[in-house]
Amino acid sequence: MDTPAPACPTIEFRNVSFRLASGQTLLKSVSFSVATGETLVLLGRSGAGKTTALKLINRLLEPAEGEVLVEGRSTMEWDPISLRRHIGYVIQEAGLFPHFTVERNIALVPRLERWPEERVRARVKEMLELVGLDPEKFAQRYPHELSGGQRQRVGVARALAADPKILLMDEPFGALDPLTRGEIHLEFRALENRLGKTIVIVTHDMTEAVLLGTRIGLMEAGELTGIYSPGEFLRSTEPAAVACAANLRILDEAGREQ
Amino acid sequence: MSLAAFFWRHQGEILQSMAEHTWLVGVTILLAVAIGVPLGVLVARRPWLSKPILGSANIAETIPSLALFGFLLPVPWLGDRADRLAITALTLYALLPIIRNTAAGINGVDPGVREAARGMGMTERQILWQVELPLSLSTVLAGVRVATVLTVGIATIAAAVGAGGLGEFIFRGLAMVNDQLILAGAIPAAVLALAADFVLGVFERRLRPAR
Repeated sequence: MDTPAPACPTIEFRNVSFRLASGQTLLKSVSFSVATGETLVLLGRSGAGKTTALKLINRLLEPAEGEVLVEGRSTMEWDPISLRRHIGYVIQEAGLFPHFTVERNIALVPRLERWPEERVRARVKEMLELVGLDPEKFAQRYPHELSGGQRQRVGVARALAADPKILLMDEPFGALDPLTRGEIHLEFRALENRLGKTIVIVTHDMTEAVLLGTRIGLMEAGELTGIYSPGEFLRSTEPAAVACAANLRILDEAGREQ
Repeated sequence: MSLAAFFWRHQGEILQSMAEHTWLVGVTILLAVAIGVPLGVLVARRPWLSKPILGSANIAETIPSLALFGFLLPVPWLGDRADRLAITALTLYALLPIIRNTAAGINGVDPGVREAARGMGMTERQILWQVELPLSLSTVLAGVRVATVLTVGIATIAAAVGAGGLGEFIFRGLAMVNDQLILAGAIPAAVLALAADFVLGVFERRLRPAR
């Protein structure tokens, strides 16, 4: 926890706990903040509480104790609908609507927000180009006519369509084959720098965390055990970090041998 | 007299009975959809309501149809007119498959899709109309198809309370021990059932979402 708390947090957790109706605690007094424009990666095993933390930000879940602040306001004070439309959301397998074309999927939030039709169409085109898909070719296709990587790109385009300041991503690239994932990681890194969004990514992929995060929050059994910069993370003695660093070293050496 | 000749001679009456029959079935299905789809949505949304609602519909299904017509006869407003009585009884039978399929269709929507819809800020109503119902349309329609075929058959019994339809021929034929009369009711009823099954089946396949 040696990184100083950011000056102007867009998202802030203050001693947040979350329990299921059954009484099981999924999140124990978690506190952290995400500065405007940074990318926080929540890294941990399945069941560590990463997704729970993410869903507390757009109020798909509500805290049992403590509060989650988005742009300085508790999520419980926000109208949940306008809070969610304010935040882009990407989930594993993209969650695209199978009965909507790519165009309609991307246009979803702008249309819910009643943008004028011309602006919606221009925006869809812009978004498809942003994620590297040719609008001519893809706008009228259905999700089942796309590859996994293309679907994931459309998912990102859809989340960004209404120009939210915040982007939440739950295992966004988890379902992709390693080659496609690697490609998308690099593209997404470039996109991050260009867009300047505040992003929270949930993943169990350490390489993804190091590649995409400006900071990495390590989660275990419902607790946040530490927040590191990617460099700190690789140098730290956390078992997860040690393993990750070792893997990267091997990759690096393999690269140098050639 | 051959059956064909019999049909030819009585074509006016047969066609009229078919029209009556179709009307009974049509009104019944419209009512059953209007009641059954919202109930199905309710069952999917509030699991604790699923037992009472599906249970009641199930019980209605188990009452022998002739008895149900009899039970409803003394009910004030219902017993006044035969078609009213018949349509009420038929609707009770048609409800179960429609409720069950609507609930199954909605429960079958990919949870990821629903979560994405919620996460992007769609209201419950928008999720229902723009996501859940369109995605379960073919399953709902399969229920409507089962209900329709079922109703075409049971509607022949409506003639017992004087509601008309193709059952008239069947009951008259039974009373007069006349096979041709019975067939004059049974064959058109079978044709109606097959036609409804076919047409609704085509729609159902058209509306099935691609995966």
